[in-house]
Amino acid sequence: MLDITISRGTTVALPKTEFDLLLADLRENGYQTVGPRVQDESIVYTDIQTLADLPRGVQTEQDAGRFRLVQGASNNYFDFIPGADSWKKFLFPPRVELFTVRKGKGWEYAEAEAATPRYALIGVRGCELAAIEIQDKIFIRPDFYDPTYRLRREGLFIIAVNCLHPAGTCFCASMGTGPKAQGSYDLCLTELDDVFLVEIGSELGRSLLAKRKYDLPSAFVQNIANQRLSRAAQEMGRVLDTSDLPGLLTEPENLEAAHWDEVAKRCLSCGNCTQVCPTCFCWDATDSVNLNATRASRTRVWDSCFNPAYSHVFGGNTRPTIRARYRQWLTHKFGAWKEQFGTLGCTGCGRCITWCPAKIDHVAEIAALRKEVNP
Amino acid sequence: MAAKKPTVAVYKFSSCDGCQLSLLNLEDELLDLAGAVDIAYFLEASRAVKPGPYDIALVEGSVTTPHEIERIREVREEARFVIALGTCATSGGIQALRNFADAEEYARAVYDHPEYLEYLNTATPLSETIKVDLEIWGCPVNKYLVLECIAALLQNRKPSLPQYSVCLECKRRGAVCVLVAQGVPCLGPVTQAGCGAICPANGRGCYGCFGPWPQGNFDSLVPTLTATERFPGETHLLLRNFNAHAPAFRKAAEAALHTGKK
Repeated sequence: MLDITISRGTTVALPKTEFDLLLADLRENGYQTVGPRVQDESIVYTDIQTLADLPRGVQTEQDAGRFRLVQGASNNYFDFIPGADSWKKFLFPPRVELFTVRKGKGWEYAEAEAATPRYALIGVRGCELAAIEIQDKIFIRPDFYDPTYRLRREGLFIIAVNCLHPAGTCFCASMGTGPKAQGSYDLCLTELDDVFLVEIGSELGRSLLAKRKYDLPSAFVQNIANQRLSRAAQEMGRVLDTSDLPGLLTEPENLEAAHWDEVAKRCLSCGNCTQVCPTCFCWDATDSVNLNATRASRTRVWDSCFNPAYSHVFGGNTRPTIRARYRQWLTHKFGAWKEQFGTLGCTGCGRCITWCPAKIDHVAEIAALRKEVNP
Repeated sequence: MAAKKPTVAVYKFSSCDGCQLSLLNLEDELLDLAGAVDIAYFLEASRAVKPGPYDIALVEGSVTTPHEIERIREVREEARFVIALGTCATSGGIQALRNFADAEEYARAVYDHPEYLEYLNTATPLSETIKVDLEIWGCPVNKYLVLECIAALLQNRKPSLPQYSVCLECKRRGAVCVLVAQGVPCLGPVTQAGCGAICPANGRGCYGCFGPWPQGNFDSLVPTLTATERFPGETHLLLRNFNAHAPAFRKAAEAALHTGKK
């Protein structure tokens, strides 16, 4: 080990061979290391043990309604742009049992007490980091918090990655969330051909990194990383003009624009956009009762504002048409969210565009709406 | 002692028995079920038959012969609550493909002596002959949804059945969208959930065996699928399947023929 003092904010050059030892160290410290793997023709976030598990040399082609893995020119591990999976599933699981009641002498109530996993997330992009911080505002509020989310969130170790090869549906630069990872992480990687430049973001990150063999990066190497990062910012597949948001979407007269009818013809109301969105947080609590009515349980599952049942209340449905549901989603995500949580609900990851079977491009829809209301 | 247990009768019409087998596959729950209800008529499971009338009739299969028209009317007479079990009973099933063809020609192709057959020219769901109280879709049905419906009936509550498309189930289980990632045609966005998205989770496109999702936007999905057909008529054939006779699929299959590659 070199005699270099490292602290928060320091960037070191870590040989890639050292990275597996870092992962092993995390596991020894009780973390489950989860990261990207090639699975089912996509990138899926799941358990990983070593760099060999990662999508090496893989890049992604993404466009509205289309995702393809392609072999890239390099042998790098983080050249791809993520698939439909987001880290949301680890903090806000798609299905979680909340409690059960059993009939004994009386009714016995028991909260579900599954042990909270401690995750180390490997390879969190700028847009994804921003998405986690948006969900923090939803699930951990000063007045209320969601215990499932909060316990998982508090135990989190985050290794962020700066994106160098944006995909066709990326627009994080428009949303100010990337391609450089910002916000709180423990370590942040910039991947070059033979080393990771690792920036230290926390004391825990520093102490783990301190046990590895690293070097201080030369000015030359840092320059290359910076150049690639600024080039990535210029290579966004899409650009969203946010200057008139949220007003464009929340002005009452714009809510009656003809473009909403046009999108509604194409929208399948399948809810895929909301399920792949790393900030969407709608859920449903479903109850089940056994045949003898001696045991009942309540389960929380991901839901969607595109599910007609979601807006079904006593007396009818408040959003009975696809037009009403699509408008609700877009005006919330890019409009009302700001008033509700102090930030827009979109981080520019592009998943909603890539994974829409009907190829609806929300960046283009917002532009079309703008053109209609400001001719 | 508790009141008399509700009686259940399970019938088979034109079908493959798969839905009845799904009931028998409720291995962990079967004893509870037998404790909660009196299984009075279920020939696939037992020769012991108790006379009707019955509280609940679970009916598998579609109506394809003159005799079946009589039988299903008798079932209706004898049962307080009739549940159509599975795709044959709810939309006619795979045998409803004859509705789009010449049934006589099919009979000649299959049987040496079609003159012994008595059949209708169509295979139809129970609801075209009798009033059905509840339909449970699926080919085969999801056994847990059947159990939920029986539990709801016993507990005098509304059954908790999914009201969304297969996509939501697909995403909840973390399956990768085969349509977006592989260009595999998939009916998930217009198909009623309930199966657990088994096919997409195994790399196959949904072929709509749980029937049309009542809110499905076929006008959008059909041109989306026909635009990337791997062979002419692929979308049409996908919709002309186990639920070919379901009105929404019938209409969409026609539309696919007109928008698809020739």
